[in-house]
Amino acid sequence: MGKLNCTDYYMMDQLLSEEELMIQNATRDFVDNEVMPVITEAHRKGEFPKHLIPKIAELGYFGANLPQEYGCAGLGNVAYGLSLQELERGDSGVRSMCSVQGSLVMYPIYRWGSEEQRKFWLPKLAKAEKIGCFGLTEPDHGSDPGSMTTRAHKKGNKWVINGRKMWITNGTIADVAVVWAKDDENVIRGFLVEKGMKGYTAPETKGKWSLRASVTSELVFDDVEIDNTTHFLPGTKGLACPLGCLNQARYGISWGALGAAMNCYETALKYAGERLQFGNPIARYQIQQEKLVWMLTEITKGQLLSLQLGRLKDAEKMKHQQVSMAKRNNVWVARECTRLAREILGAAGIVDDYPIMRHMMNIESVYTYEGTHDMHTLIIGADITGLEAYRVSEDKKK
Amino acid sequence: MKIGVLLKQVPDTETKIKIRADGKGVEEGEIKWVINPYDEYAVEEALRLKEKAGGEVVIVSAGPARATEAIRQALAMGADRGIRIDTTGIEQDPYTTAVMLAGAAKNESFEIIFAGKQAVDDDCAQVLIGVAEKLGWPHVTPVEKFALSGKTATLQRPVAGGTKEMIEADLPVVVGCEKGLNEPRYASLPGIMKAKSKPVAELKASELLGTERARINVTKYSLPPERRAGKIIPGEPEAAAAELVRLLREEAKVI
Ligand SMILES: Cc1cc2nc3c(=O)[nH]c(=O)nc-3n(C[C@H](O)[C@H](O)[C@H](O)COP(=O)(O)OP(=O)(O)OC[C@H]3O[C@@H](n4cnc5c(N)ncnc54)[C@H](O)[C@@H]3O)c2cc1C
Repeated sequence: MGKLNCTDYYMMDQLLSEEELMIQNATRDFVDNEVMPVITEAHRKGEFPKHLIPKIAELGYFGANLPQEYGCAGLGNVAYGLSLQELERGDSGVRSMCSVQGSLVMYPIYRWGSEEQRKFWLPKLAKAEKIGCFGLTEPDHGSDPGSMTTRAHKKGNKWVINGRKMWITNGTIADVAVVWAKDDENVIRGFLVEKGMKGYTAPETKGKWSLRASVTSELVFDDVEIDNTTHFLPGTKGLACPLGCLNQARYGISWGALGAAMNCYETALKYAGERLQFGNPIARYQIQQEKLVWMLTEITKGQLLSLQLGRLKDAEKMKHQQVSMAKRNNVWVARECTRLAREILGAAGIVDDYPIMRHMMNIESVYTYEGTHDMHTLIIGADITGLEAYRVSEDKKK
Repeated sequence: MKIGVLLKQVPDTETKIKIRADGKGVEEGEIKWVINPYDEYAVEEALRLKEKAGGEVVIVSAGPARATEAIRQALAMGADRGIRIDTTGIEQDPYTTAVMLAGAAKNESFEIIFAGKQAVDDDCAQVLIGVAEKLGWPHVTPVEKFALSGKTATLQRPVAGGTKEMIEADLPVVVGCEKGLNEPRYASLPGIMKAKSKPVAELKASELLGTERARINVTKYSLPPERRAGKIIPGEPEAAAAELVRLLREEAKVI
C-alpha cells in the first residue's frame, strides 16, 4: 500500500483505499509543481492565477465528486476531501475556486436543475469552458440569508430579478451565476444569470487583505430578465436548497483548512529544526516543542473528524450539524496553527518567503464564509439542546 | 501498435536512505516509492505514440508486490494494462532483470519498447540494453527526441559538447528515454478512477528465468561520509574573491 504524502501521525493511510492515496499523492505533486511556484506572486498582485484554471479542469478537479455521466470524475467523498486538502495547502483561493465551481455551482445544477440544464452546463463547468459563482449573501443579509431582499418576479415565461449580492467569490470572472432570490410568494428560488445579460453587472471588490489570490465581487441585478425553462432551477424551493449547497462546500472546507494548517506546521517544524539560537536548534526548546505538538495533535484530530465525516457522507448518513462541527473545528485549528507557526518563525514568519502569513490572512475569510465560526457553534448548540440561540423569537423580543 | 514500457519502482529521491544491518541492502520500511523519474518520460512517450498511431500501451515491471502501485500510476496516466513479474525470493541484478523483462516482452510481441535511460536508485543503466540484447533488437539511449514515420524511428542523442547525434532505426527498437524528451502528464482524477479496473497480470520470475542466475553479488553498501559544514567568506566582493582563490589554492589545494 502507498502512503499519504502529508502529515499523518496516526497512520490514517491505513484507513484509506489505494485510489484515495493516489489522489492525495497526485494532487500534492500538482500543487508542488504548479501552484507553489506562482502563488506568492499571485497573492502579492491580488490576482487569481488564471492560467491554472484549464490545468485544474483538465485534471478533473471541478465537481470531482459528481457523476461521470456528466463529465465529472465521480470520486468518493474522502478522495475528494483529500484533493481539496492539498489544493488549500497551496492556497485557500485555489481551493475556493474548486469549492465554488463544484459544490456551489455544479452541485445545485446537478441536484435541482432539469436534465437539459445538467447536460448543458455540467460538462462545460467541469472543463472550465464556463466559470460559475454563487450569489446568496447580500449587503444587509450575511449569516441570516433567509431574510434576503433580492426578488424574482414571474412574468409569463420569464422572471425579472432585482437586488444585490455581496462578497461573491469569482463574481467578476464568472460566466454564470447561481443566484438565490425570493419569488412573489416569498419562497427562495435558484436562477442562472449569465454574464452579459441586460441589467447584470459584477464589479470586483478591491482592497482585500484576505483571499487575495481569489476574485471577490458584488453582483447587481437591475431588471434582469431570464427565461423560465432554461434559466430557472426547477427543483429549488426554500432556504434548504442554498444551505444544501453550503453543506457540500463546508464538507470540503473541513479538509481544505487542514491543508493550510499542515503547510504551516510542516514549515514550522522544518524551520525549528534548522534555526539555531543560543547554540541549539529552537526545536530543542520546550516551548517550541509544545507549539509543534499542539499543532500536530489538533491536525490529527481534525483529519479523523473529516475522514469519518466523509465516510458518513458516502453512506448518505451525514447530518448537517456534523458538517458544522468539522468546518468549525478544522478552520479554527488552521487559524491557530497559522499563528503558532508565525511565532516559531519569528521575524521570518512575517515575510512572504514563507507561506505562513498568506495562510493566516486567508483563513480569516474561511473562518467567516460558509457560516461563521459562531454560527456553527449555535447550529450545533441548537441540535443538542433543541433551543435556537441565533433566532430570538417575537414574544421574547417584546 | 503494441507498445511496451519497462518501469521500475524506486525510492523517492528525497528519501533518507538507511543501510540494512547486514550491509547488503537498504531499509525499506520508511521509504516512499515512486516511478523511476526517467521511466515517466518513457510512459509519456508511449502514450503520445499511441495517441498518434493507435494501439495499446503495456507497462512491464519486475518487482515485489509494492511495484504494482507504480504500475497503477502509469495506468492512471493512461496506459492500458500492466504486467508485474513477481520477484519475491529472486536474486535480482541487472542481468536477471533484463532476462525476465525480455521474456515477458517476447510473449507480448511488442513493436517498440520505451524505458527510462537508467533507474535513479542503482544507476546501473544496463537493463534496457540487456533487454534489447536478449530480444535481438537494437537499442538507442539516451534519447531526447523521438519521431516515428512508418516503421522507421528517428532518434536524437546528445553527445558531449552539445553535438547532437541523429539515428534512424527500423522497428523493433528499445528506446532509452532522457530528461527533456517530453513533459510527463499528471495522472488526472478520472484517470486514477479508471486505473483501478485496468488489468495487471502477474508472472512468476522463476518461469522466465529458467536456469539463469544473477551475475552480480553486492558485498556491501555504505553511505557517503557526512558533508562538512560550508564556509561563508564575508567582505566586499573583490576581497572575498581574493580570499576564495587563496583558500582554494592553499587550503583545498584544488587550483
Ligand atoms: C472572501 C469571501 C468570499 C465569500 N464568498 C461568498 C460567495 O461566493 N457567495 C456568498 O453567497 N457569500 C460569500 N461570502 C459571504 C459570507 O458567506 C458571509 O460573509 C458570511 O455568511 C457572514 O456574513 P456577514 O459577513 O454579513 O457577517 P454577519 O452575518 O453580519 O456577522 C457579523 C458577526 O456577527 C455574528 N453573528 C451574526 N448573527 C449572529 C447570531 N444570531 N448570534 C451570534 N452571533 C451572530 C457573526 O458570527 C459575525 O461574527 C464570502 C465572504 C468572504 C469574506
